[in-house]
Amino acid sequence: MSKRIQAKDVNVYYGDFLAVEGVNIEIEPRTVTAFIGPSGCGKTTFLRTINRMHEVIPGAHVKGEVLLDNDNIYESGVDPVNVRGLVGMVFQRPNPFPTMSIRDNVLAGYKINGRRLSSRAADELVEKSLTGANLWKEVKDRLDQPGSGLSGGQQQRLCIARTIAVEPEVILMDEPCSALDPISTLAIEDLIEELKEQYTVVIVTHNMQQAARVSDRTGFFNIAGTGKPGHLIEYDDTEKIFSNPSNKQTEDYVSGRFG
Amino acid sequence: MSETTVTPPETRNKLTGGGSAGRAGDKIFSGLTLAAGILIFVVLAVVSLFLVLEALPAMTAAPDQITSHQSFWSYVAPLVVGTLIASAIALVVATPIAIGVALFISHYAPARISRTVGYVVDLLAAIPSVVYGAWGYLVFGPALVPGYKWLHENLGFIPVFGQPSATGRTLLTASLVLSVMILPIITAQCREIFIQTPSLHQEAALALGATKWDMIRAAVFPFARNGIISAIMLGLGRALGETMAVTLVLSAGALTPNLIGVGNNTIPAEIALNFPEAFGMRQSELIAAGLILFVITLLVNMLARWIVSRYSEFSGAN
Repeated sequence: MSKRIQAKDVNVYYGDFLAVEGVNIEIEPRTVTAFIGPSGCGKTTFLRTINRMHEVIPGAHVKGEVLLDNDNIYESGVDPVNVRGLVGMVFQRPNPFPTMSIRDNVLAGYKINGRRLSSRAADELVEKSLTGANLWKEVKDRLDQPGSGLSGGQQQRLCIARTIAVEPEVILMDEPCSALDPISTLAIEDLIEELKEQYTVVIVTHNMQQAARVSDRTGFFNIAGTGKPGHLIEYDDTEKIFSNPSNKQTEDYVSGRFG
Repeated sequence: MSETTVTPPETRNKLTGGGSAGRAGDKIFSGLTLAAGILIFVVLAVVSLFLVLEALPAMTAAPDQITSHQSFWSYVAPLVVGTLIASAIALVVATPIAIGVALFISHYAPARISRTVGYVVDLLAAIPSVVYGAWGYLVFGPALVPGYKWLHENLGFIPVFGQPSATGRTLLTASLVLSVMILPIITAQCREIFIQTPSLHQEAALALGATKWDMIRAAVFPFARNGIISAIMLGLGRALGETMAVTLVLSAGALTPNLIGVGNNTIPAEIALNFPEAFGMRQSELIAAGLILFVITLLVNMLARWIVSRYSEFSGAN
């Protein structure tokens, strides 16, 4: 499990509008990579190109290549459904399925595309995934209750459990802690640390301390002005980005002089 | 001593006075809404009272006083059955199509086409029921006659496909006309609710590797379930109470299991056909039949509410 991600000259569009331009990046397996940058710089937009979720928005499309190990996910004939099976995603707001129980939420990835599991295999998978998301102890006695009854932080960990249940290679996280309190945030950050033992993790965050805490590598995105495309300005080891960045814009941003 | 003679305005709480204009507006508005709420109850009470008072003579009358020389209940039972059968067939036919059309509009069609289809569906709802009735009588019914013949020849061993009508003016035709009439109602309601499905949940499903249809089953349908039920109930209400179309289409008669032959009748059609010439006991019988229809509709609505409330814990509202 866990794959290398490589983007080559990726341009991301909303209709005719070029939102992100010329991204080249190489993300190693079993690492945590953080994308930081001011609002509207295209970091989330780029993140969503890695599992082809970008094109869910009408008119949105991508030019360039994104390779998972050696396979271009944008080659014609590639089914985005297969890509999303390999590249899981955790969203900004916790979004467990409200009509499903906690258990069914974990199994959602299987149930959704009609794959059958024996009830024993399902039980094992539920326990394994919830344990992997550090949630098992808190919910093991109420697996049949609705997932929407959990706290925000628990819901987000349930979403992570749901994502790892389908055994992806890569996990994308779009500001996973922005709707959570500090304690829940800490729980998620600890979890990210554990997840990178098995998965390639890419996380978008507005919180620079968080990027510094959890990531091995950091990419800084910036935008020249409204209506201009976002660019990947600098991509390097997290330590270097936060202590001694090579680009002036990065330095200004991480030292809090703008953004 | 000067401390004790403080002037009243300074001791008064400054927050208590003023703003009386806004307060009055608030009062008027809340009074208006209260009055509107009460009006509903008054209208309902007056109508129910009228129905019960007018219906009582027929419901309590001896069999030989009733026009058809049988007890009121044996008079009205076939009408109830006919009404329920017609509505049930209409729902069974219209619901899947309506959900399909609504999904096409909300999730499958490109924006421009979906808007056009939406307008066409709304237009369907704007056609007066008397036009549907005339169309069913003159065009749709006769067009179905060969089909009915075929059904009788090949599936005639099933009682519902008995001796076919030569005009096509049967309960099945009436049911199909009803299904066309309730189609836009159910479609419009479903479309509204499908469009409102949070993209959060749709994206959650897609990101788990769902196809579009998987996503619709996992995210859209559960979210829309209550809405679909109330859409069906709206359609059912229309089908149960529809008078003009059924009156024109159906060549009414006694209750028979044969849906493609002459016979059967519904409560609204029975009332519409006979009311103008009815007086005395006959009029009371028809009003009593109307009361029965009222009760059926009420029960159906209560059933729908009960179904909706059973799942409220998992509705996503919490």
